[in-house]
Amino acid sequence: MNKPINRFEFFHESKPPKGAEGWERMYPYFLVSQSEGRESEDKKFWFADSMHWSRAVHPFDSIGAEAVYYGVGVNSTRSIALPTSLGLDVRVVNGFVYICPLPVTDPTEIGRRAKLFEERAGHYFKNWGGLYANWKKKMHASLEVMKSLQFNKLEEFEPIEVVTEGKGRSNSWDLVENYHRLVNEFFLVWQYHFEMLGLGYGAYMVFFQLCKECFPEIEDQTIARMVAGIEGIMFRPDEELRRLARLAVETKLGDALCGEGDPQTILARLGQSDAGKSWAADFETTREPWFNYFAEYGFLHDQETWNENLAIPLQGIARYVRRLLAGEQIDRPVTQLRADQDEIASEYRALLNPDEAKRFDEALGLSRAVFPYIEEHNIYVEHWTHSVFWRKVRELSNVLVQAGFFKKSDDLYHLNRFELDQVLFDVIESWAIGVPARGVQHWQIEIEKRRGIMTALRSVSPAPAHGVPPKEVTDPFAVMNYGVTTERVADWLGQAESNGLKFNGIPASPGTVEGPVRVIRHEDELSQLLPGEILVASITAPSWASAFSVVSGVVTDIGGMMSHAAIVCREYGMPAVVSTGFASSRLKTGQRVRIDGRTGTVVVL
Amino acid sequence: MLTIRFDEPASLNLRLVGGKAQGLASMTQAGMPVSPGFTVSTKAYHQYLDAAGLRDKIAQLLENVDRASIGELSKAEHVIGEWFEAGAFPADVQREVRDSYARLCDEVGVQDLSVAVRSSATAEDAAGASFAGEYDTFVGIVGSSEVERYVRRCWASAFTGRSMAYAWKNGISPIEVEMAVVVQKTVQARAAGVMFTLSPLTGDRSRIVIEAAYGLGLSVVGGEVTPDRYVVAKVGGAILDRVVGEKQVEYLTGAAATPVDEARRRQLCLQDDEIMELARLGKALERKHQRPVDVEFAVDRELPPAKCIVLLQCRPETYWSSRHAARIRPPIEDAAQAVLATVLKKDPP
Repeated sequence: MNKPINRFEFFHESKPPKGAEGWERMYPYFLVSQSEGRESEDKKFWFADSMHWSRAVHPFDSIGAEAVYYGVGVNSTRSIALPTSLGLDVRVVNGFVYICPLPVTDPTEIGRRAKLFEERAGHYFKNWGGLYANWKKKMHASLEVMKSLQFNKLEEFEPIEVVTEGKGRSNSWDLVENYHRLVNEFFLVWQYHFEMLGLGYGAYMVFFQLCKECFPEIEDQTIARMVAGIEGIMFRPDEELRRLARLAVETKLGDALCGEGDPQTILARLGQSDAGKSWAADFETTREPWFNYFAEYGFLHDQETWNENLAIPLQGIARYVRRLLAGEQIDRPVTQLRADQDEIASEYRALLNPDEAKRFDEALGLSRAVFPYIEEHNIYVEHWTHSVFWRKVRELSNVLVQAGFFKKSDDLYHLNRFELDQVLFDVIESWAIGVPARGVQHWQIEIEKRRGIMTALRSVSPAPAHGVPPKEVTDPFAVMNYGVTTERVADWLGQAESNGLKFNGIPASPGTVEGPVRVIRHEDELSQLLPGEILVASITAPSWASAFSVVSGVVTDIGGMMSHAAIVCREYGMPAVVSTGFASSRLKTGQRVRIDGRTGTVVVL
Repeated sequence: MLTIRFDEPASLNLRLVGGKAQGLASMTQAGMPVSPGFTVSTKAYHQYLDAAGLRDKIAQLLENVDRASIGELSKAEHVIGEWFEAGAFPADVQREVRDSYARLCDEVGVQDLSVAVRSSATAEDAAGASFAGEYDTFVGIVGSSEVERYVRRCWASAFTGRSMAYAWKNGISPIEVEMAVVVQKTVQARAAGVMFTLSPLTGDRSRIVIEAAYGLGLSVVGGEVTPDRYVVAKVGGAILDRVVGEKQVEYLTGAAATPVDEARRRQLCLQDDEIMELARLGKALERKHQRPVDVEFAVDRELPPAKCIVLLQCRPETYWSSRHAARIRPPIEDAAQAVLATVLKKDPP
C-alpha cells in the first residue's frame, strides 16, 4: 500500500506507541484533538515544536505549551496585530507538542490589521530602548514575586499568630493561593516573552530582505553574521566557565579540577587549600544567577540547570582548563569578532550604489537595535524564570509528598495543572476537616498508569509534522525560529519514505566535515563526546557551548538560521546543518557522515 | 606617435589608439597583467592612407557602390583589400613599426616573437554600437615584414563588406572609422575564458563568476564548449563553487579546434590559486571602473606560474548595472512601515 506523499498523517491516523494508549486523558481537553474538531484540524499543517519540547511532555509540563502559545497569540493576533499572521494553534499528539501557523490571507483584513500594526509597532520601534529597559524591570519584578512564593508543610495546628493577630485566615490557603500566583507569573512572563519578539524578527526581516534583494545569492548565515550580538548576557554563563578555568590555572588548581570524582568530591578536594577555598567561594557566587542555566530550554520538569547538576559546569570548566594547560587560547576573540563583523558589513555595503548603501545602513542599524532583545530574552524567560518556576513546583511537590498525597517527588508531574489545582483543594480541605484526602488512592493508581504511558511515549521520536502542508510556508516564526520552510517540508515528505542515507536541512554554518556521529539526547551525555565527532541532537542548547570545542560539526532536527546551534557554530567556524527533521532519530552513534554546512546536506558514508 | 607602447600616457588617448588598445593600456598602467605589446596609432593609419593616396580612391569607389548589393560590397572589399596588400608603408611608419617589434622581441627575450595583430578602431566598443567582432584579429604572426602585412590587413578590415554595412547602419562612413592596430605577444593559452564581477544569472554583486576551458578563449566566447564554472565570494574571498564543464574541444591556435581527451575533460582547467588571482584582478578592475565588469583572460603556459594570467579585454557590465541603478527605493524613515512593506512584499508608501 502506498502512503500518500502530498500530506502527513492526520492526528487520528497517528497511532500511539504500544503501552501509551489512553494518553489523551492526561492533558487539558483543549490541547488534545477532539473528534468534533477533526475536519478543521485535518486541513491544517502542524509541525512538531521539538525546539521547545524535544521529548514527550508530562501532563503538568504541558503548562508550557499553554503559556507559550497564549503569549504568541496575545501579541501577534490581539496586541501588535501582525498583518499577515495570527497566533500559532497548538495540540499535544502522542505527548509531543505540535503547532500550526495561521496566516491572514484576505486583503481587506490584512489592510485593517496593517493600519493597527503601523501605530502599535511604530510605538515600539520609536521607543525601543526605553521599552526594553522597562521590559527587563518587569522581568526582574516577576522573578522576585516567584522567588518570594512559599509552599509550607501543613502543621497539625495553625500557628498562634493566626489567633493572636485575629487573622482568621488559614495558612493552608497559602498553598492554593501561591500555586495560583506561581501559575499567574508564569503566564505573565510568557506574555512578556513575545511582547517584542515578533517585532524584533520583523525588523530583522527588513535587513534580511534588503540583503536578498541586493545580493540574491547571499547566504542567510552571512546576513545573520552582520547583525548577531558579540557580547551580551547570553554569552555570560560560558564566559564565567572560561573565567573560572583561567582562575584555576593561575592559582594552580588545574589538577584538582580535572581529577576524578563527582562534584562534591571535586569541591571537597579544592577545600583542602586556601587557593582552592577562595576559588570555590568564587564558584559559589557565580552560581547566582549565571548557573540558573538550562541544558535545554527548561520546558520539561526533568531538565536540569547547571545549579542542579554541578557536574555540567565543572566538566565545562575542566575542558577549558585542559585546553589552557595545553597552551591553547580559550578567550572569545571579541575584538576580532567585532572587527570581522564590521568588515563583512562594510565590504557588502561597498558593493552597493549610494542609494542602496543608505538603505543598507538604515536597515542594519534597525536590526542591530532590536537584536539584543532577540538574543537576550531567552536568558530572562527560559533560563531564569523557568529555573525559579520548577524550583517552586518542586517545593510544592515536597509538601504534597510530606502530606502523604504523593509517594514520589515526581508524582506531581503526572497531573496536569487543573488536576493539581483540584488536588490542592482536596489536600487542604481534608486537612481542615480532619479526614484523609479523598483522592490519594485514585491518584496513586492513575499516576502509576500514567508513568507507564510516559515511558511508552518517550520511547519514540515525534513525527515531524501532521496534516496538509501549504504550498508555501510564509509564516515568519515558522521560517525564522523553527527553520520550517517550504523546502524542508518537501524534504520531510520525501524522506518519510527514503532509506535515510541523506538528509537535507538548513545550511547554518559553512564548511564540510566528515566524522563519526554521536547522538546526544540529554545534556548528561555530553561527556561522552570524543574529539572529532559530529554532534547530532534534536536541538542544541546554549549551555552546550563548552562541548562545541570538542566536536567537528553539528546536526540538529529543528532550528532556523537564528537558532542557537547556528549562532554558536558560526562563531566557532564549525559546519552545522539544522532543521533536518529526522537526523537524531535516524542516525546512530558511530555511523560516519559527511556534512556540508553551506548546502545543508548530511550524507551517510 | 606612430607607434605607442601600452605603458605610455598617449596610449590612453582614444583617438590615437582606438578602444581595444585604450582598454589594454589602461589595464597595463593600473598594474594589471596584460600581454606586452604596442599600438600602431591612427596617426600611422592616416599617414598611410595619404601616402598611398587611398583616401580619395576609396571614397570614389564607395560613392558608386550599391550599398544594398552583397555582390557589389564583396567586390569593393576585394579591390580595397588588394590596394592595402600592395601599398607599402611610408618609410617612417615602417621604421617605427620595425623598431617597436624589435623592442618587444627583446623585452620578452624571444627572437621573431609570435604576435597577435588586432584591430582597434576608435568607434569600437563605443556607446550605442559595439562593433564587437566586426574587425579582424590575427594570431601567430612572426617576423617584422609579416607584422607589417597583417597591420595592413587590419586596416583593410575596415572595408570588408560586412563591416562597411555595419558602419553605414550605424550612420558612420567607413572611411571615417579611424583604425589603430594592436601588436601584442601571442598568448600561448593553456586555458582561457571570461570573468564577470557579478553573477550573470542573478545580478548578485557579491559574486565573481568565471567560465573557462582549455586553450584559447574562442571556445568559451563562441559557446562551442560547456566551460568549467567557478564562483568566488567577493566578501571573504572563498571559492564557493567549482563545476567541471564538458570542455570537448580546445583551440591551440586560432585556426582549428582539437578534441580534448576524456581524462582532461573531467579535470578542472584552473587551479585554486589561479582562480583567486583572477578574482583579485576582477575586484581591482571593478574598483577602477567603479562598476561591475566582464573580462576576457587567458592562462599563458610560457609565462612563470606567478605571472601566468593575462587579461585580454575588460568591458563595463551593462545589463545588471542599469537595472541596479534604476531600482530606486526610498529611505527607511519609519521602522514600522519598513516592516510592513517587507512583510507585505510591497514598496513602502
